[in-house]
Amino acid sequence: MRAPVCTRVLQRGIEGPILAVTKPQVEVSEAALIERVAAGDTGAFYELVRPCERALFLAARGILGNDADAEEIAQEAVLKAFSSLRRFRRESKFCTWVIQIALNEARMRLRKQRRTLYESLDQPRGEDEDDYVPRDFADWREIPLEALQRKELREGLNRAIASLAPKYREVLVLRDIENLSIAETARALSITEVSVKTRLLRARLQVRDALAPGIDGSWSVGATEYKKVRPW
Amino acid sequence: MVIEISCEEVWREISNYLENDVSPELRARLEAHFKGCGHCTAVVKGAGNVVQLIKAGTVFDLPDGFSNRLYKRLEDRLATKRPKRSNH
Repeated sequence: MRAPVCTRVLQRGIEGPILAVTKPQVEVSEAALIERVAAGDTGAFYELVRPCERALFLAARGILGNDADAEEIAQEAVLKAFSSLRRFRRESKFCTWVIQIALNEARMRLRKQRRTLYESLDQPRGEDEDDYVPRDFADWREIPLEALQRKELREGLNRAIASLAPKYREVLVLRDIENLSIAETARALSITEVSVKTRLLRARLQVRDALAPGIDGSWSVGATEYKKVRPW
Repeated sequence: MVIEISCEEVWREISNYLENDVSPELRARLEAHFKGCGHCTAVVKGAGNVVQLIKAGTVFDLPDGFSNRLYKRLEDRLATKRPKRSNH
């Protein structure tokens, strides 16, 4: 099958107006790299994978909960993607596809490890319609961003995200950390966009709840010390 | 005239609001609600603050040496796929 026009143009090294009427630059680059790998330029595969590294690691870590397993799964996902590249249908970005592989590998690893805390994968994924009510503190104060930037709060954020249920952590990692679109996040997780938005809001609010002051509202940016309600 | 909206309805739309995925009419209703509801304002700003903090990009790093180990493993795999040189 002949390569698309934009790819042939790229291969001839022609630039300028012709490229302006072809696909957006990101898609042209990705398609061109895939064509190069298919043509035997395996070095091009490194360039395909490079933008996906962090997303792969964080997606796997979101499920497995530790760096070592997450790194191993990220590596295995990349190797699997290389072996299966001809099966990539380009219906999504390459990174989204590899993230899907990583998530599947991580879930299989977890199933093998038989961690009892992990929710059953056989449960129907339609349970997001029940209402989540954000906590209402007796004396709610908005968290000032400058306060959040303190190191201990960043560490608190890490812990808050780690404490989320996997299905909430996954959407938060992909959407807010790795900046996948809602559509790409839905595709990576094999859920609907509505479910992504519902889970995302819950994830963000649960993180907020974990970071927020306790019911006594003892939070103040200007205070020299404050009561730590949560044992960070 | 902006039609009032309940807190329950606001919570259902907060994700869309933060994603800038609401109609101008609904945005006006939500923002009118925020002006009069401290709780919903705290919820949307709290969620928004979490997004901003995460996007500050200072929190999530790869382990040291991650990339090197990944590409070493990939290189090892690619090496097994390359055709072996003939000795004659």
